[in-house]
Amino acid sequence: MSEPLLSARDLRKTFGGVHAVDGVSLEIRPREMVALIGPNGAGKTTFYNMLSGRMKPSSGRVYFRGRDVTGLPPHAISRLGISRSFQINNIFGELTVRQNVEVALTALHRRTFRMFRPASRDRELLDEADAVLERLGLVELADTRAGVLSYGDKRLLEIAIVLATRPTMVLLDEPTAGMTPEETRRVTRLIRGLAETGEYTFLITEHDMDVVFDLAERIVVMHRGRLLAEGTAEEIRSNRAVREAYLGEEESA
Amino acid sequence: MQSFIAALLNSLDIAMLLFIIAVGLNIIFGVLNIINFAHGGLYMLGAYFTYALVARLDLPFWPSLLLAPLAVAAVAVVIERLVLRRVYGRHVTDSLLLTFALLLIIDESVRMIWGSGIHTVRPPEILRGNISFAGVSYPSYSLFVIVAGVVLLAALWLLFNRTRIGRIVRAAAIDRDMAQTVGINVPLVVTGVFAFGAWLAAVGGVVAAPMRAIDPGMGDRIIIESFIVVVIGGLGSFPGALLGALVLGLIHGFGGRYLPEINLVLPYIGMALVLLLRPQGLLGRGAPA
Amino acid sequence: MSRHLSASTASAAAAAGRSLLGWRLGVPLILALLVAALAALPALAPYFYIFVGTEILIMGLFAASFNLIFGYTGMLSFGHAAFFGMGAYTTALLLLHFQVPLVWALLASMVTSALLAAVIGFFSVRLGEVYFAMLTLAFGMMVYAVAHQWRSFTNGSDGITGFLLRDFGLGLDLQLADPAVYYRVVLVIVVIAAAVLYLITRSSFGLILRAISENPERVAFCGVDVRRHRLAAFVIAGAFAGLAGALFAPFNRVANPDLLHWSQSAEPVLMTILGGAGYFLGPFFGAAVFVLLETWITSFTERWMLVLGIVLALLVMFFRRGVLGTLLDRMLSR
Repeated sequence: MSEPLLSARDLRKTFGGVHAVDGVSLEIRPREMVALIGPNGAGKTTFYNMLSGRMKPSSGRVYFRGRDVTGLPPHAISRLGISRSFQINNIFGELTVRQNVEVALTALHRRTFRMFRPASRDRELLDEADAVLERLGLVELADTRAGVLSYGDKRLLEIAIVLATRPTMVLLDEPTAGMTPEETRRVTRLIRGLAETGEYTFLITEHDMDVVFDLAERIVVMHRGRLLAEGTAEEIRSNRAVREAYLGEEESA
Repeated sequence: MQSFIAALLNSLDIAMLLFIIAVGLNIIFGVLNIINFAHGGLYMLGAYFTYALVARLDLPFWPSLLLAPLAVAAVAVVIERLVLRRVYGRHVTDSLLLTFALLLIIDESVRMIWGSGIHTVRPPEILRGNISFAGVSYPSYSLFVIVAGVVLLAALWLLFNRTRIGRIVRAAAIDRDMAQTVGINVPLVVTGVFAFGAWLAAVGGVVAAPMRAIDPGMGDRIIIESFIVVVIGGLGSFPGALLGALVLGLIHGFGGRYLPEINLVLPYIGMALVLLLRPQGLLGRGAPA
Repeated sequence: MSRHLSASTASAAAAAGRSLLGWRLGVPLILALLVAALAALPALAPYFYIFVGTEILIMGLFAASFNLIFGYTGMLSFGHAAFFGMGAYTTALLLLHFQVPLVWALLASMVTSALLAAVIGFFSVRLGEVYFAMLTLAFGMMVYAVAHQWRSFTNGSDGITGFLLRDFGLGLDLQLADPAVYYRVVLVIVVIAAAVLYLITRSSFGLILRAISENPERVAFCGVDVRRHRLAAFVIAGAFAGLAGALFAPFNRVANPDLLHWSQSAEPVLMTILGGAGYFLGPFFGAAVFVLLETWITSFTERWMLVLGIVLALLVMFFRRGVLGTLLDRMLSR
């Protein structure tokens, strides 16, 4: 068993007395594909926010490659190689599709303080941006303003930005949310393709159980801020507590 | 010891005045998510309306304390309905720009109507003398300001924590959409809150009128000071407004007496220190917006 | 398959591309003609317009420096006059006490203004935009108050007067006292400064700034220290505002606290909104409209700032893209 790439130890987050995340420990090994599922309000997004530096945990620690990264700001965490996507589209609508990727690449190559050379002359960076876009099938839209993209293309661009930071650990927050079945299949295929390159380790939250069972090697279930179950798709499918958590949620909803 | 007590009393009347202004700023921010740059202008209108009523129309001070703030609140209703309402849901920059434009408009209107000179209003007869306290002679009007501030503080606390209106406003502050779905008339609450904040600013203006010079720069001075108060105390925090006002009041009261040469920049140094050590303000919660 | 998904986005892109092409060719030509016309102004227009032209150029630079942080970085500053005034005071004091050549006074002004911006910016960019607006206004008024009270150094509310323009420096023999010559000097410096600012907005740094203005959080998650970039933009903007102030002092013949007051900070805000924050030349265009309007309106009312406030409110409510912006948007969408 290899060393974990990312590990959360007893993470907690409290908002005014409410435990959004209540003591979650999780280890993710290199090149794993883990899915994090759970009913709405289970604390998945809060958990993500603590892993990616958006929120400081109330207690507990996060380790990445054995290094304590708890409470580091988002930009520092990103530089270490943890990159995340967002549930709602979080792209730069006023910039072109290529510029969206350029932002991430400029940061990656530490060129964000280059002030006296037009960004449009940085051939090397532009080619690299196009290579990323090519991978996601967006290259023909490179000069389009990102704000006018179709919903599905925006979701893809979001993933393109994530990949452009050259992460080793990728956190995807509901990558197929709001997509048509066809778009969902496309993204699922894409993620599997990325996983097969062996460059990335994935943690994915997802509501679409088909996607989860299709992609994940290991599934972790969160409920009311705690880990409820953990196992293969088969184990999770037959887990009583998981079924009750989801059913209970549906009854009360 | 006597000079210490004098400095302390001085600090307190300034603090109470600042609290009244800053708490209005905070209440508006809480519900509208707007920092009202025109708040100082509304304060100034309160003072000028008092001047018009007392010095020009020869009305006594007490009815002015009632009338001037109501008139300013009415102005605020018009501002909220005709101007601010148009930019809700837009980027926060637009509301900042609009209230800044209002600041210019109010400032210049005051100059146009009342001129650039300094006006004064005499305190009501009963408050014109001095009161001796622990060997220190102290203007009774300043004492009145302190008492009025404490009464207002208590009333506000009761309003927001013990009444239905207070609960409704707090619900609207936390989540407008949610408040709307449970049947709260949110647009009305928003207008009401803006008018109430303006009313508080104007009360401050009336109270300040007999104590401070009435001139077109008074709004600028108070808005800067109340910004310092909310940055020190924590934007949006009710106890923060009080603490911030006390801190700034003490800086003024003691700084003026013991460090006159850097008196002017002391408030900024205090603010800078808070920003360094606790950016969200002494009593501010969570990540600042 | 991806094409099938994006048919609508592709056609929109093509339409935008076509009008942009015409745009790329036309703009340099128009700009060259504009600069040529501006250079010829003293020979063509009445004397009075040399002063108007000088003021437009200086205020345009002031507004353009403001727009680097407002339009490009998304931070609304209500204290930009602090840097304009700092530049004006620095140049006035250097000319008065040391009789330095103008060019060195200008450079020194950029340095002092940048330093002031570094200090104010350090505290102001730490938090969100609401705080930024409040803090820049507050710190700006602190500088105003200091200039007012530190009489021994700043001569209080009277300000610094009686300084003379001698030579320009760099071995150039220029009669700076002649308004037409000073106008041309201002024109050259403003064109150079604008070119540098433009280059910055087009650079990698500029791209990051635009991304920050749209979505600071996403930029941070790309590995960019947003605060440092905001501070850098603020310091650069402060330096160019200082240059504008430094050019203004000899033109105005006095550096006084009025130049530091928040109502002075309101001017670049209005000019930028007037012209349109979305275009690099918007603030220059806005400055031209502003100064011409001011000249016209102050001829029959003293309450010019009242008009200014009303115009600002109306623009924000109804013409958020500004005059130039709205015109260009119309042209591009045709």
